[in-house]
Amino acid sequence: MNQPNAVAASFRLGGPTTALARLNRREFIAATAAVAVASSITTDAAETKSPALIDTNVSLSRWPFRRCPLDDTPSLVAKLRGHNVTQAWAGTFDALLHKDLSSANARLADECRRHGKGILVPIGALNPTLPNWEEDLRRCAEQHKMPGVRLHPNFHGYKLDDPLFERALVAATERRLLVQISLGEEDDRTQSALAKAPSADAAPLAAILKQFPKARVQVLNAFRTLRGKPVLDLAAVGARFEIATLEIVAGVGELLKQIPPDRLCFGSHAPFYYFESAKLKLQESDLTPAQLAALSHDNARKLLTV
Amino acid sequence: MIWDLHCHLSGVDGKTPEERMGQLIAIADRMGIERLCVYMGMPWSLDPSPETLRKENDQVLQAIGKFPKRTFGFVYLNPKHIEASLAELDRCVARGPMVGVKLWVAQHCSVPELDPIIKRAAELKAVIFQHTWFNATGNKPGESTPLDIVELARRHPTVPLICGHTGGDWELGIRAIRGQKNLYADLAGSEPVAGYTEMAVRELGAERVSYGSDAGGRSFSSQLAKVFGANIPESAKKLILGENLKRLMMPILKAKGIKA
Repeated sequence: MNQPNAVAASFRLGGPTTALARLNRREFIAATAAVAVASSITTDAAETKSPALIDTNVSLSRWPFRRCPLDDTPSLVAKLRGHNVTQAWAGTFDALLHKDLSSANARLADECRRHGKGILVPIGALNPTLPNWEEDLRRCAEQHKMPGVRLHPNFHGYKLDDPLFERALVAATERRLLVQISLGEEDDRTQSALAKAPSADAAPLAAILKQFPKARVQVLNAFRTLRGKPVLDLAAVGARFEIATLEIVAGVGELLKQIPPDRLCFGSHAPFYYFESAKLKLQESDLTPAQLAALSHDNARKLLTV
Repeated sequence: MIWDLHCHLSGVDGKTPEERMGQLIAIADRMGIERLCVYMGMPWSLDPSPETLRKENDQVLQAIGKFPKRTFGFVYLNPKHIEASLAELDRCVARGPMVGVKLWVAQHCSVPELDPIIKRAAELKAVIFQHTWFNATGNKPGESTPLDIVELARRHPTVPLICGHTGGDWELGIRAIRGQKNLYADLAGSEPVAGYTEMAVRELGAERVSYGSDAGGRSFSSQLAKVFGANIPESAKKLILGENLKRLMMPILKAKGIKA
């Protein structure tokens, strides 16, 4: 047994499933059928029938510590298209360790244009501990026309109660950009001994967001460490999440009993994670059509177009 | 055919073991999982006394008793209490319906104190599962790494042993166990990091890799994705999803007259 994620206890309420929900589940399983029957273990056949998805959490380039199977953009795009992903918000793994984020973001924008037209949306990296980070922000918004920026406080070495973070949040909000905050890419227990980047502590975030109600914030890779009341507090002040690190059985359905339905988006954390992990979670929970539509694409679309 | 090597009674609703097992099976049904191996009770105990072992094993007996065609029970043992563990092994496996052994973190599995348990379990043809982790933030005091189970496996070269979690840090775990042919890799209970299953198949061969979830604390989805999402042949996926586990279990299932 090895289950660091204790969301179970805090989110699970139980209760009967409705006939409507059961019917919807059957319909959904019929549509996706990735693993619906034990005798059929091929995922390929049903992929094009799955609901349209907006994946709010993918990354391009290379994970610094190993090659991921889909870490070349054309392969990743092919995988996403195969699963009916119509839009994917792409950050860059280069942002984790590179200091020259200006060039990392330029490469990201170029890569999205060349290989992901119509599907990849570049989300530039912002590191507020770097000198003149404001210029990176300007280029993301004005030059690359990015709709948002992604922050990596754990790799970049600041806490969310650091005034630098607040300044970055305010500046991005003034430019009407979405701010994605990745709490951590990898399980702390498997990190390289030479590059430990423990997951960021999200505890200060709810109070900050309360001060800045116009900020549009999505917390990525949240549920590895964030659980219980802090999740509810963040949801209450408008923060959005995605499901990549959400564990426990039928975890999506359980979480949706606790937070407003517009707070949760689809996110795979591909290619670091197997994309199928997030997709199968839509099947594992007994979701209504409204919940499924919101999670699959509606919430993300609204978040980016507000 | 999907058989899940690694389930617990945690992370699901229910006041009784039977209720929790029922919940787990209902969710497993959505994912096409036919059989679930379940071990340890509620709440968990890192270093259980003989009394706690009996209590936890009784809970598992209750849970599997209601769903005999969907579940397999593994008896939870603690090598620090050898006599009590051997008694539990006989009670739950030799004379009871369980078909496997679960060893967790009370004692490093490399110590010779485990030998009587392995010997008796092998006599009973029970499937033996040992938790392992290479934890970069520090292992628990008695928590084994894959290097510990390699030592154990060398002392019992004819007994198949399952390396739980493949050490968590699978890039290390796979390397550690690849030379010891009676060791099998359990995919369960870690993040669905891409490349895991490809490396396991490349280094161990698909015949030595088994799907497990660590549900209910983990989702079935994140763990199944390690197989469905892997770039490996369909024949390898079938082995990993159930055929390997069935092959390991057939001796004891036949001995007990259990149809599968």
